[in-house]
Amino acid sequence: MSTKVHDLAVNDSHEAVLVDDLSRTQIAMYAGASGDFNPLHSDEVYATQVAGYPSVIAHGALTMGLTARLVTDWLDEGEVTGFGVRFLRQVWPGDTLTGTATVRATGVEDGRDVVELDLVTVNQKGEQVVAGYARVHGL
Amino acid sequence: MPETQDQPNDSFRFPVEAGHIMMFARALGEDNPCYFDPEHEATRRRGGVIAPPTFVAAGAHFDPDWPYRPRPDEPWFGSGAGPGTAPASSGAGTSLHAEQHYEFHQPLRAGDVLTVSREQGETWEKQSRRAGTLRFSTEISRYHNQDGHLVVTARRVRVITERTVES
Repeated sequence: MSTKVHDLAVNDSHEAVLVDDLSRTQIAMYAGASGDFNPLHSDEVYATQVAGYPSVIAHGALTMGLTARLVTDWLDEGEVTGFGVRFLRQVWPGDTLTGTATVRATGVEDGRDVVELDLVTVNQKGEQVVAGYARVHGL
Repeated sequence: MPETQDQPNDSFRFPVEAGHIMMFARALGEDNPCYFDPEHEATRRRGGVIAPPTFVAAGAHFDPDWPYRPRPDEPWFGSGAGPGTAPASSGAGTSLHAEQHYEFHQPLRAGDVLTVSREQGETWEKQSRRAGTLRFSTEISRYHNQDGHLVVTARRVRVITERTVES
């Protein structure tokens, strides 16, 4: 069930659960893969006793990577050519994140279909954790 | 701003390896075969295994100056026998990622060897009722491949808070 960039119209949107009950193990996997071993993300003792947080905090880049999946799963016949987010709120172990992508503009660039998307990812309380944009070209 | 390929002192080499892409994709809960299965039809259609959009974040592994990696014979600030110590640079607050932007000029592929060059962008301060003075800084990273082509441009905005904040 793939959607093509060519078939999209302004205000089309796509929603998906990006992670359900985020585990500390997934955060540790992201630390290992990304190389960001800041103990704030992977060391509960440090995060609570030294940094003063209620638990470890997920990497912002993990939330961003999950948000990218919203786009690449939806438009798997597309090539992401631009992507950016602002980090609005911390993501904690146990959070469930849901992303929504909405088409802001469509067009053709150098003979290729292109779409501009607005992206929002919220936690289980409906609070925005990241907001941003993506530009996707047709393959 | 000028291109920064002529900054050998602040550039490093980042080989893009298939196994690394697979691990990174798994950490994101990915099951898209484009990231690990070179034989899959979806991968062939893209001309081989590609990296997920945010993969260049993993260049931290190859950054000689990356601060968030324990090194042999150097004290680490995370917990061991004790709870750890706050890094001096952050004071009582926390260094946080505020924004991240990527421009992808062409697909990033397993086998590419990137040269990463960085430059500092603008810095500014803002007052926050919850967190005190917020100090923002911007870093631009450019990723050129083995053919000298610019593949990715990244702009990262960091903020250091004066006090710890919880959302």
